[in-house]
Amino acid sequence: MSIENTTATLAKKEKEALFSAKRRKLITDPLNDNNPVTVQVLGICSALAITVQVKPSLFMFGGVLFVVTMGNVIVSLIRNLIPSRVRIIAQLVIVASLVIIVDLLLKAYAYDMSKQLSVFVGLIITNCIVMGRLEAFAMGNKWWPSLLDGVGNALGYGLILVLVASVREIFGSGTWLGFQVIPQPVYDLGYVNNGLMILPPMALIVVGLIIWIQRAKNTKLIEAN
Amino acid sequence: MNRESNAFIIFFSTVMVVVVGISLALIAQVTKPNFIKNQRLEKMQNILSSVNIQVSPSEAETAYKKYITGSVVYKMDGTLVEGVDAFEQVDLAKELKKTEDQQYFPLYECVKEDGKYFIIPMRGKGLWDAIWGYVAIKDDAVTIAGAVFDHKGETPGLGAEIAKAPFQEQFPNKKIVDASGTFTGIEVAKAGKHPAGYDHGVDGISGGTITSNGVNDMLMKYLKSFRNYIEKNNVLQPVTQEPKVEELSDDILSSDSTTVIAE
Repeated sequence: MSIENTTATLAKKEKEALFSAKRRKLITDPLNDNNPVTVQVLGICSALAITVQVKPSLFMFGGVLFVVTMGNVIVSLIRNLIPSRVRIIAQLVIVASLVIIVDLLLKAYAYDMSKQLSVFVGLIITNCIVMGRLEAFAMGNKWWPSLLDGVGNALGYGLILVLVASVREIFGSGTWLGFQVIPQPVYDLGYVNNGLMILPPMALIVVGLIIWIQRAKNTKLIEAN
Repeated sequence: MNRESNAFIIFFSTVMVVVVGISLALIAQVTKPNFIKNQRLEKMQNILSSVNIQVSPSEAETAYKKYITGSVVYKMDGTLVEGVDAFEQVDLAKELKKTEDQQYFPLYECVKEDGKYFIIPMRGKGLWDAIWGYVAIKDDAVTIAGAVFDHKGETPGLGAEIAKAPFQEQFPNKKIVDASGTFTGIEVAKAGKHPAGYDHGVDGISGGTITSNGVNDMLMKYLKSFRNYIEKNNVLQPVTQEPKVEELSDDILSSDSTTVIAE
């Protein structure tokens, strides 16, 4: 949890550049070293469920980006007002209302997607990434670092989502974002789409493979025994 | 004021709930018209897809007005219900909560370049959740022209196959009435139960037996009520000089439809 330590001191410094090195780290850290999905292993449930195709993953990423960023900013702005005994409830109310807003907007302006994501939009509420950031970061930081932290974590989540979805869509349906990527001649030679890719267990396996590759490449993540 | 006092907590919670409640209500109000419009367009798309007219949501309204020329609402025994609009006022999900003899059954009439069709919307229970579909019947009220089914949460690869082409392609040209005029419906049964070329049944989904049975029950119920309606109201009788029949054909005009169903 290096991120909390480094950023705890952040708030004290006045007149820090809008995108100082430390603040940039708020965005870049969750992409790799402190990725919410592959390192902290949070938000796995939705990562398994909606990664059959790339498009719903992008919408899901959009939803989480909105919820975690707005949630972080709102909580950070009122953090000194929230009584600590009811802080989890207060965070929950804020997250829940943001999720309802996402749901309403999808139903009104992206109806197809709202049907495809169905219950998983509502389940953003239970996505541990969201509550985790509110409790661990926004409760103790100013609104700008909180916003960056929200964007960073949503990006880290979205990155894994799109990676997993790309693998599953390309091998499961032969398409990427709806465009045919495996040409017809390949099918004519006897290639078939891998039906297993469409099933939830494959998402888990793909996430596992990504974690494996990431840990092999990123020496910081290798635990010393 | 002490932030940890009970009074402040109650005050804070109250303000928070009121603020959140008001803002959500506002957003819900703003997005509601669009949401309802989306649902209407989806329903139109579904109705049209049963007669093989595939349209995008933006074209659905125009295509619907062009092809769907009338609608009626009747009960299980075929009695017409007056003054209820099939599209706007009948929600099958709500109908299913009533007892069967209280339920309303909507029916649409579609005129396409190649003829006239009846479109029967239907809804039933699968293994996990609701299943629904639209069956198009040719103007003899016996032969199926096409069928589409969908589901809320059947098992992918098993029950969910009812929403796919291989299952639905079995339906065209099946007959819901046998040669002697008795109602047979369409039986969804285990593959191999029906002889090849059997007119009154289709093969179910292997491994999706409960979903298949759900489709079977749904088909039987809605097709039966459709036949009841046809027979009770002499819909297929040509309009002749006989005054009796003429009256009947007037009766079956639903309040808003522009075309006489009986021709």
